[in-house]
Amino acid sequence: MEFLNKLFKDKFAKCAFIILAVLYFVILFADFISPYTSTYSNRDMAYAPPSKIYTIDEKGKLSLPYTYNYVRQYDSSLMQTVFKQDRSKKYYLKIFPKAEKHKILGIIPTSRHLFGTENGGQIYLLGTDINGRDVFSRLLYGGRISMTVGFLALFIVFPIGLLYGGISGYLGGIIDTLMMRFAEATMAIPSFYLLIILAAILPSGMTSVQRFSLIVVILALIGWAGFARVVRGMVLSIKEEDFVQAEKVMGASKLRIILKHILPQTTSYVIIAMTLSIPSYILAESGLSFLGLGIQQPDASWGNMLKEAQEFTNILYRPWLLTPGALIFVAVLSFNLLGDAIRDILDPKSENKYTR
Amino acid sequence: MGITKYITKRILQVIPLLILVSLISFFIIRLSPIDPLAELRLNPSISEETLQKEIKRLNLDKPIAIQYISWAKSFVKGDLGYTSDGEKVSVKLKERIPNTLLLTSIVIFLTWMVGIPLGIIAAVKKETAFDRILTVLSSIGMAIPSFFFAILLLMFAVKTGWFPVGGLTSYNFNDMNLFHKFIDLSKHLVLPVAVLFAISLSGLQRQMRANMLEVLDSDYVKFARAKGLSEFKVVFKHALRNAVNPMITLLGFEFAGLLSGAALTEYVFQYPGLGRLILEAVMKSDINLVMASLMIGTIMLILGNLIADILLMLTDPRTRKTQEAK
Repeated sequence: MEFLNKLFKDKFAKCAFIILAVLYFVILFADFISPYTSTYSNRDMAYAPPSKIYTIDEKGKLSLPYTYNYVRQYDSSLMQTVFKQDRSKKYYLKIFPKAEKHKILGIIPTSRHLFGTENGGQIYLLGTDINGRDVFSRLLYGGRISMTVGFLALFIVFPIGLLYGGISGYLGGIIDTLMMRFAEATMAIPSFYLLIILAAILPSGMTSVQRFSLIVVILALIGWAGFARVVRGMVLSIKEEDFVQAEKVMGASKLRIILKHILPQTTSYVIIAMTLSIPSYILAESGLSFLGLGIQQPDASWGNMLKEAQEFTNILYRPWLLTPGALIFVAVLSFNLLGDAIRDILDPKSENKYTR
Repeated sequence: MGITKYITKRILQVIPLLILVSLISFFIIRLSPIDPLAELRLNPSISEETLQKEIKRLNLDKPIAIQYISWAKSFVKGDLGYTSDGEKVSVKLKERIPNTLLLTSIVIFLTWMVGIPLGIIAAVKKETAFDRILTVLSSIGMAIPSFFFAILLLMFAVKTGWFPVGGLTSYNFNDMNLFHKFIDLSKHLVLPVAVLFAISLSGLQRQMRANMLEVLDSDYVKFARAKGLSEFKVVFKHALRNAVNPMITLLGFEFAGLLSGAALTEYVFQYPGLGRLILEAVMKSDINLVMASLMIGTIMLILGNLIADILLMLTDPRTRKTQEAK
């Protein structure tokens, strides 16, 4: 509790915490909040611009919010397809309308969504992509992957790194030398090169769950070595302390000493390193998916959604396709600010130091 | 211990590291379910003879340990095999490595020229408006994904038409005179350099600020101030020397980060560098090319660290002492 109070004293950390809390809340209830399901696609509406929402009607009077549907036309003078609003019919926005069926949290079946339009209306808050899928809905579903991949990778990296560094540091001697040379070798390979190679050798034809879990494992394979090295350094000094010597005299096994007595001493460093390394996993996943080596279509992730934004025509005429990038930025920034604040609290000595 | 002796010792240490790296990458690639010759087989312009030569060179019909030994032998001799397009891997690498080195060295030079002074100013003027603005800017720079920033700049370039997009040279590069060649090259370099510069600058500036603050807080700086030295002398003559040393160690890391960051930037800008080469190779599962560029990337990274260590030894007499003590 005291920790949280300290954390919230920092204005930036407070903002970052709130932003992250909102993001996680939204992706948790993505099925309910998004107006469309993850499989929705309207091929006639490829690259439709964001729906305009009006609160003042054509007579200049205040009205309930409404929107118009788009119709696709071919403009022969411009030689391209354009989207025009169909002004003949207004569609009022509704709260809790009935639409496609889904399950909240995967348990509660319902066909209600948070918002939507009257029957027959379309609402694309952030436009649609090449397959006529609602970008806003996909941002929420994609967030589920992009925002969890980092956490899951951490749960692999940290146990491995702790155990590896702990054993290496405690045993010392030739085992230590061998283990550290191996760790250094994996660190010597440019990490992004290794990442794309590992992602590329994944066999095709996996289910999306399998692919997701393997991507997590690959991300974890990149990060463990640096962490293990730092842990080893800490273990080297901790193992000389009296309480470890006492345990030894009492005849505790080596593994017990490492797990029960030495590693718990590194807790505050581990927490700091964890929060500060989440952003790099988010960035790595989105980078991979951006290249087409990570999460594959039709599953959404912020990285693979941004892939479309590379084409020149999309850059010029469809700026709404850039929104996933903005979200990655916001998420990473928030994690960085939060991590900095947590470090300052847990490790006041290194107040101005920015750990790598 | 003399510096030359130290350097030879360090280079000798690199050899087992390289062997280990090659072992790791070789087994990752070979144990994957990918047929290393699949592309070669599908390419009609590759003759059966070349194919057989390749199978023989890689010893694909023999156990994996022997495959590795034969690969290592030909790698040491400088024979890297052929790409799936039938080109020599070594030729392709020779074409790409200078481009990546050009990009990264410009970026490192610029970041140091700008980042170090900015870090010093931010530390000296701690908690002023200037420092706060820099902190905000560097937080933004550290959080923005390189490929997203690259896309934003691409958008800018396409809209304004000020910068050429893609490649390193224009199609009529060979007809230009030296001056125009230089202009053309720089114009193509502006955008990728800008992306990598902005991102590595933020980290460097922050680190320099932190180091400087730590040094400014130390006793000997307080003593220098108490002696009545001018603030300028205190900062630049006494504090700076100690604050810069840790940065030199970081140079190696920075180089590593740039190699990785450059891959995505090169991809977005279609820049013909090593990063994009390995990406294309990976997508085509061109094993020879992947293996070779992985090794070259690793060698470049290790060399970067080596240079940083040697520089540190030259600037910081204490590291020389510890070397002697060993």
